Amino acid sequence: MNKDLKASAPTDSEIVLGILNNSEIVLKKLYTTYFPMILQLIINNNGDEDDAKDIYQEAIIVLYNKIKAGDFELNSKLKTYIYSVCRRLWLKRLSQMNRYGGDIRDFEEHLPVEEEIENHSDRDIQFDKMESALQLLGEPCKTIMEDFYIKNRSMQEICERFGYTNADNAKTQKYKCLQRLKKLFFQQK
Amino acid sequence: MSDNQMTEFIERYLDGSMTAEERVQFELLRKNDAAVESKVTEHVKFIGLLKQYGERLELERRLNAIHDEIDVHALKEEVMIHPVWVVRMWRNHHSKISVAASVLIFAVLSVLIVTGKLSSEKSKYEELSQKINSLKTEVGHIGAGGHPSIAKPKIVKSPPANFRGTGFALTSNGYLVTDYHVIKNADSVYVQNAAGESFHAKVIYTEPQYDLAILQINDSTFKNLGPVPYNLKKAESDLGENVYTWGYPGDNVVFSAGSLSSAAGYSNDTTEYQVSLPVNPGNSGGPLLDEKGNVIGIITARQTQMAGASFAKKSAYLLKTIQNIPTDSLSKTLNLNNKNTLAGLSRKQQLKKLKNYVFMVKVYNQ
Repeated sequence: MNKDLKASAPTDSEIVLGILNNSEIVLKKLYTTYFPMILQLIINNNGDEDDAKDIYQEAIIVLYNKIKAGDFELNSKLKTYIYSVCRRLWLKRLSQMNRYGGDIRDFEEHLPVEEEIENHSDRDIQFDKMESALQLLGEPCKTIMEDFYIKNRSMQEICERFGYTNADNAKTQKYKCLQRLKKLFFQQK
Repeated sequence: MSDNQMTEFIERYLDGSMTAEERVQFELLRKNDAAVESKVTEHVKFIGLLKQYGERLELERRLNAIHDEIDVHALKEEVMIHPVWVVRMWRNHHSKISVAASVLIFAVLSVLIVTGKLSSEKSKYEELSQKINSLKTEVGHIGAGGHPSIAKPKIVKSPPANFRGTGFALTSNGYLVTDYHVIKNADSVYVQNAAGESFHAKVIYTEPQYDLAILQINDSTFKNLGPVPYNLKKAESDLGENVYTWGYPGDNVVFSAGSLSSAAGYSNDTTEYQVSLPVNPGNSGGPLLDEKGNVIGIITARQTQMAGASFAKKSAYLLKTIQNIPTDSLSKTLNLNNKNTLAGLSRKQQLKKLKNYVFMVKVYNQ
């Protein structure tokens, strides 16, 4: 049943090294190598290609963060790891949608990965909170926050961009925004 | 100190832009004031989360860019497992198929019920199986019992009520022969002729080992039969000979014909012939005649597992039995007929003559 995946798959250690070095090429290789496997899993288990994309990207992010955090040990094949994470995520999604019929058609061997997915979804909840807090914050605070804390732009640049007459005004504005953002973030349940 | 100033201090402390003096002071503050300390950790955590959130957005953007380069549609076709057409058909049309099947089942059932096929066929089937069962148990008894005389598959009638069989005249003055198993356990025996007249009869002699019994009609209404048209053949008959019998499996006399197929009967019993002739319960005790009208045997049994295989006791053993009758049980003379008046006649004429000499034997017991 299992169609052969395209040849020239990069080795697992190549991928780990590439991600640690922020290599765009390696990330692309990783993504394109294992996507068909997950597409196969999802569309043959009551899903469509958009579900496959969501699930696969989530799994790649889990793997990416794990490698970046430096606690990824190559004791299983990357392929098996990705498959297992996707499988687990998809089962979760299916039962949320009440589409889970009690069994899943498998294409690969898989490992238990519950713990990692728990960590991942805890993190996701935090990110969702941050996203909605930023939305509620509104402009120009949102852009100031993003520019300064995420994009690491200097206060000088921010001043020019928003037309503040001096850096002190900008600074005061920034701290006000940060206070509000924290408040909005922690107010959420 | 306002919140803003505090935050500024924390940020400056963290990014290393404080002077050495400020730094020492701030560290002292952190140590002594728990509120300041928790503000620092909270700030570090929050900014960390904000940065990670930004990284996540960036990563998602990169992944989406990669994803857009993949021809998902073509890939989908490639990895999709196409189920076999039966499964696809079922998935697409299962409701229609179910409805059609239900309608079909309903239609078949109603036709069966309306025509009465369902109920009548069933009861017929049950009757038949009951009969076979009783025959089977009877054969089963044989193995266990060890009674040599009854060690044969009997033509069995339903046990508790009245038994019925066939018998035929030996002499004109009312001596008859039938099967021992027909009159076994009888309280009273009646014989009925083709005209429907019944006469009381008495069992005067039995030979269980040959499954034979001699009856005598002792009824005041009985009149002499006239000379018996057949005689008993002493010699053994040859295989392939055309034979027939005449008996009462039902209320009317029934003729059935066949041929002699073996000189030995059930389990190689040499006192019997095997004949290919359809018989039924009630034929027991009937005469087996050859083409010339000689009685060559007496029907005793049929084999349940083999269609059309029946058994007949050889006439020689009937003669032996007659000889064994003690003279004091004979109130009248038992002179066997030696002249066969059927010999030259056609089968139809033979039967006409035979009619008056073959009786239905009715057995009553408790």
